[in-house]
Amino acid sequence: MNSRQILLSGLFLWIFAVLGTGFVALTEDTTRNKIAENERRVLLRNLYQLLPAEELDNDMAADTLEVPASTLLGSEQPSTVYRARLSGEPVAAIFNSIAPNGYSGKIHLLVGVYVDGSLAGVRAVKHQETPGLGDGIEVRKSDWILDFNGKSLDNPGHSKWAVKRDGGVFDQLTGATITPRAIVQAVEKTLLYYDQNATVVFN
Amino acid sequence: MTTNSEITQSGLWTNNVALVQLLGLCPLLAVTSTVVNGVGLGLATLVTLVVSNTLVSLIRGFVRSEVRLPVFVLIIASVVTIIELAMKAFFYDLYLVLGIFIPLIVTNCAIIGRAEGFASKNPVGTSALDGFMMGFGFLIVLSVLGGLREIIGFGTLFANANLMFGEAASVLTIVLNADYGGFLLAVLPPGAFFGLAILIVIKNLMDERKPVTSRAVDDSLVDNL
Repeated sequence: MNSRQILLSGLFLWIFAVLGTGFVALTEDTTRNKIAENERRVLLRNLYQLLPAEELDNDMAADTLEVPASTLLGSEQPSTVYRARLSGEPVAAIFNSIAPNGYSGKIHLLVGVYVDGSLAGVRAVKHQETPGLGDGIEVRKSDWILDFNGKSLDNPGHSKWAVKRDGGVFDQLTGATITPRAIVQAVEKTLLYYDQNATVVFN
Repeated sequence: MTTNSEITQSGLWTNNVALVQLLGLCPLLAVTSTVVNGVGLGLATLVTLVVSNTLVSLIRGFVRSEVRLPVFVLIIASVVTIIELAMKAFFYDLYLVLGIFIPLIVTNCAIIGRAEGFASKNPVGTSALDGFMMGFGFLIVLSVLGGLREIIGFGTLFANANLMFGEAASVLTIVLNADYGGFLLAVLPPGAFFGLAILIVIKNLMDERKPVTSRAVDDSLVDNL
């Protein structure tokens, strides 16, 4: 093979690299707005799952606050807090919280906390837990995560904020203990975060 | 010249991607815990196979042989990325269900296997049909294996069908035994190996009963890899 052929092959490969990247870039560019719109729609749907629409009258997705990274929220990056208000009065805050110790990596949670420190609800929004076992944390697959509704730091109290196997009050999932354990810990930490930062959150 | 019926038979049975070529085992074993998961990955793989086979066949006349594999990889990776973006834009709810499976398609060597072994040597129409039939054969095995594991592992069938086909599909879910405690082995990866082995045994037994003339496994396609 002479150098001319080597150059030709290189050129050929280069053309396909440009074409492939070009088409991907083009698709990305034409779908970007649509994808952002879809993500916002799903975010709103998730937020309104945690709070009944009649309990607030503001646009939660617009009334946000960037909070610095905190170990209590499990994040290494600043995260967004969504705030619900009724006639200007704070009702609840929804935190992006991460359980770093899931069975297969991080579990991303939305944790809704009423202004009095009780839980409006918890949803798992992103995770890689085992299909059929750990993914029972998704509300569409099991009711497990609804157990958090109404709980707070004093109800059931620190020593009981654990799965039943560890002496707490929360069920584990059939065949999965690590996943619920990670979430229970992350939710309690989020409540602690709210407890320490309530005034900042609703400034 | 390969006839259309030979391609169909090869894709669905004699040269089935999952049962004979044993390609794409990583996604196959990873996601077949339920029928719905199996169908989801099967459909996405089918689309990718048809598109990549068609494109590879289109350029087969002037692709330089020493760089053909990187070019095929580029095409497949681009196609999968574009499918993922398009799903995110137009079928976002479906994407939320299948999203994690889509990148797995790139790891499925059945796709580059068909590009190299078939599409690079055959006309566009035949290659597209081959992609469709190979993908369909893969889809069937994924669905059957998913069904097998779902029945043994959970005691249900078509659970969560609504996630893929809309709320109307909820009625498809069949609970075979409400008190069934579940059999974890079938759900975990070892269950996938056992399940696949059982399917291969059944296929081979059926082949032994048939006249030998219908067997046309083209080993050269597989050996090329």
